[in-house]
Amino acid sequence: MNEHDQKRIEQLLQKSLPPVSVQVGADLRRDLWPAMLQRIEARPASVPWFDWALLAAVAAWCAFFPGAIPVLLYHL
Amino acid sequence: MPVLEQPSEVLRQFCHGDIDAFEVLFRQHQSEVYGWIVRMVRDPATAEDLTVETFWRIYRAHARFDPSRNFGPWARCIATHAALDHLKTARPEIDLPDDLASPLLPNPAISEELRRKTAHAFRRLPAKLQVAATLALIEEQSQKDIANALGISTGAVKLRVFRALRLLRKELKRQGLEP
Repeated sequence: MNEHDQKRIEQLLQKSLPPVSVQVGADLRRDLWPAMLQRIEARPASVPWFDWALLAAVAAWCAFFPGAIPVLLYHL
Repeated sequence: MPVLEQPSEVLRQFCHGDIDAFEVLFRQHQSEVYGWIVRMVRDPATAEDLTVETFWRIYRAHARFDPSRNFGPWARCIATHAALDHLKTARPEIDLPDDLASPLLPNPAISEELRRKTAHAFRRLPAKLQVAATLALIEEQSQKDIANALGISTGAVKLRVFRALRLLRKELKRQGLEP
């Protein structure tokens, strides 16, 4: 792509997608602190018991059959 | 002057995980972070969500922040990566809402179809190329600011912009459109 082509495609892009400040404005319209507080205070998602059981099973399997570890890693 | 109105003290307290100091920083920087994100994702609602996500990442990383550095560029860098992560996962489905796309067509000489297809092809570019080109060409941010936000050199920014344009041209040609 030469410089002329580059300029043309740049201009096309600028005409197709005007700056956000022209379209919707780049100014924040509301205070986001309440949403932030909600995020901070949200309890971390608990891990279901089944996931722990699965993890324990995989760990036990790897301990008894170490040769399976590369196979497991390959499929991850 | 109350202790938390001194910038250096606010940053020091933030590093220790103080929620009041975090609130001060949040209120000082939320508009700037939002403004930066909305330029990349081009959707106000998504930008609000990503602003909260950015500050959530900042809050979790408080211990890694060096209080002798500026908070603004650090926050902008985290915001850029949050926006990139979003664009990588949600990009193919993102379409400009109709009310954003049509009425501000600055040049009537360019056909609606070409404009629409260009915008669509651009949004399908790899996220890191799209972000660099959006900030550099559409939002006309300085290459130094873009490089700092992406954590790369200005040379790498130029290269990403060039690759974005080359891919865009190739895609438009593939669709039979000659820009």
